[in-house]
Amino acid sequence: MKIFATYNIKGGVGKTATAVNLGYLAARDGYRVLLWDLDPQAATSFLFRIRPRVKGGGKALIRGSRTIDDAIKATDFDHLDLLPADFTYRNLDLMLDAAKKPARRLGGLLAPLSAEYDVIFLDCPPGISLLSESVLQTADAVLVPLIPTTLSVRTLDQLTEFIGDLDGSRPSILAFFSMIDRRKRLHREILEQLPAQRDDVASAAIPALSLIEQMSVERAPVTAFAPRSAAARRYEELWLEVRKRSGLPPPPPVGTW
Amino acid sequence: MRSVLRQFVLSRDARSDPDEVLRLAGSSFAVSDGTRPITLRRLWLDTFDWRLYRSGLTLEQVSSRGETHLLLTGRDGTVVAAGAAGGRVAWPARLEALPLGPLRDHLGRVVGVRALLPVARAVSTVHDRRVLNSDEKTIARLTVDRMSVTYPAAADVTPRLTVTALRGYQTQALRMIGLLAAAPGVADGGSQSTLEAALAAAGRRPGDYSSKIDVRLAPGMPAAAGMAAVLTALFGTLEANLNGTVRDWDTEFLHDLRIAVRRTRSALKLAGDVLPGDLASRFAAEFKWLGDLTTPTRDLDVYLLGYQGMAGGLIAATADELEPFHEHLRRSRAAAQRALVRGLRSARFTRLAGEWREALAAAAASRTRPTIARLAAARIARAHRRVIRDGSAISPTSPPESLHNLRKRCKELRYLLELFASLYDPAEHWQAVRELKALQDCLGEFQDTQVQREEIRAFAAQMMEERAAPAATLLAMGEIAAGLAARQRQARIEFAGRFRDFASKPSQNRIKALTRAAA
Repeated sequence: MKIFATYNIKGGVGKTATAVNLGYLAARDGYRVLLWDLDPQAATSFLFRIRPRVKGGGKALIRGSRTIDDAIKATDFDHLDLLPADFTYRNLDLMLDAAKKPARRLGGLLAPLSAEYDVIFLDCPPGISLLSESVLQTADAVLVPLIPTTLSVRTLDQLTEFIGDLDGSRPSILAFFSMIDRRKRLHREILEQLPAQRDDVASAAIPALSLIEQMSVERAPVTAFAPRSAAARRYEELWLEVRKRSGLPPPPPVGTW
Repeated sequence: MRSVLRQFVLSRDARSDPDEVLRLAGSSFAVSDGTRPITLRRLWLDTFDWRLYRSGLTLEQVSSRGETHLLLTGRDGTVVAAGAAGGRVAWPARLEALPLGPLRDHLGRVVGVRALLPVARAVSTVHDRRVLNSDEKTIARLTVDRMSVTYPAAADVTPRLTVTALRGYQTQALRMIGLLAAAPGVADGGSQSTLEAALAAAGRRPGDYSSKIDVRLAPGMPAAAGMAAVLTALFGTLEANLNGTVRDWDTEFLHDLRIAVRRTRSALKLAGDVLPGDLASRFAAEFKWLGDLTTPTRDLDVYLLGYQGMAGGLIAATADELEPFHEHLRRSRAAAQRALVRGLRSARFTRLAGEWREALAAAAASRTRPTIARLAAARIARAHRRVIRDGSAISPTSPPESLHNLRKRCKELRYLLELFASLYDPAEHWQAVRELKALQDCLGEFQDTQVQREEIRAFAAQMMEERAAPAATLLAMGEIAAGLAARQRQARIEFAGRFRDFASKPSQNRIKALTRAAA
């Protein structure tokens, strides 16, 4: 089981769009996928038409009084399940703080799912918190969407440093450009320079396209409702690169689920 | 993840549109148009003796839109293993025809050496639709399957509606099922699988063949009529295996056919005297001919089935050195099979089959005494006495022939127990056969290893004559013969203990009680 986290300290950079589309593509490729919408804003849950509610709230999950298994809902797509958001997730930090070994708690909760899922995506809220620390200690790889601006690049540096300072296991980082506007000179310059300077920046990149915004109207991944669109193709490229770089083994043969 | 929640059958007056049914019930559920109906060409496969079905498995080859898949599913419909290579396999086929992988591994554990044969064919038109809740989220899928069976007989199956709930939406799905179930023309479909439904429509049921003697004897029926019933059942088994033997689908058709012949011969020898006229003696010679006809191919099958184990067990020689022997076995087997097929297609066999059926039909009407239970008790008791007498006379210095003769006596007792099994309490009967079988296994090992050793000698001489035997191969064959000799010695050592167990008082009493109770 490989755990990916879509994460950035900054908000509004395309984390949810990434988790939703890569999750869909992984499931389409035959992986058994679970998406965990950790953001109390519940955008991922909304996109899959799943009510953002978990019985007992985040507290029941973190304490273990309710198993994760009970809270999982199937999306409308084969092999793609969702652990919905809940408004109580806004206090996940406090709940984790009350738990033993808070930074490792998420990993402990997900471990029993390894027979059931091949890939887990954690869609994280922005910011640096105990939750993000726990996410980073749980994930095998962090996918970091970056808007090509100087400040964003600085954020990536901060995140790299933060991960470097973590105790125990550290995830690999794969940043990629998101919401690119090629009409902007700065975007074009950073896009050309940064991947050449850093090997943790993917060559695949996601432009700012209105079809991606359309996801909230269609309430489905763009890779599902417009699979031949330019937006879907960019996500395909990104998924291919993530698969390759993370060393994800081939999906289980048809029918073993 | 999805789980089948309920299955319905739809009668003619069922509304064809579940959306309308749910709307009329005043629910907030809606049904999507779904994808266009797809046509599936379905072919179910199993071994002749239904090994998959008996293990709770179903193997189905599904072809749709130019793609063919093989699906192995469990009783609850979950996919155990799958493969995409089915389209290239010409059925019936043995497992070797399938590509290596989890599907073949899984099947291998259940079907063993048996071939997979088509058991049913059908064409399905499947319409998949989604049930949405008020958030327009899919909570369940509805699948309507309209199926026409084309094999083993042409028949239409009553349309079936399957409801599959999506994970996390069971409660809503159950509510929706309640509404569907109340609609006119919708009836509970039970837990019948698609294969069972297809076979039922075609007038067949799965698991309808077994090599066991499938006849129920009433203790009070006249002995001749009882014997005729047993012999008719045995001939049914023989005929059921004829086609597979001639077509050489797998080795077990011939094996089952031979067992039916051997049981028939034993029945004629040990209890044939109750049949009218000279029926037993008239047919004994013909069944001996039939038995002899099948021996060469079966002997070579036994070698070939055990060949890998034999080659793998070599210590001094290598498997490569033994290969010419393998080739010799294969060629001899092909020749033996041709002779067997000629025999089974001969006028002599056709005449035997016709006359035998006629004779059995006449014997079935016989009303003479004694009853079948009395006959069975007397013959089993006699055969048992003979085993005890001959076995007790064997000492460590007795010649091998004495063990061979005892083996024959044991076989007679075993066949009698099997022929008349339906007269006895199954648990008691099973225990008696189990004790006898332990002794038979030892005696079988003793004799089979001797016969095989002699055969290897004969094979070697034959190969020398044909100049097909390099020195290394002969040495390897010698090593196998030495291994067989060691096994035979071991069996000889074990014999005394096995016989002591069989001749023990509790064991003897069991046989006595068994026959007394039925008589």
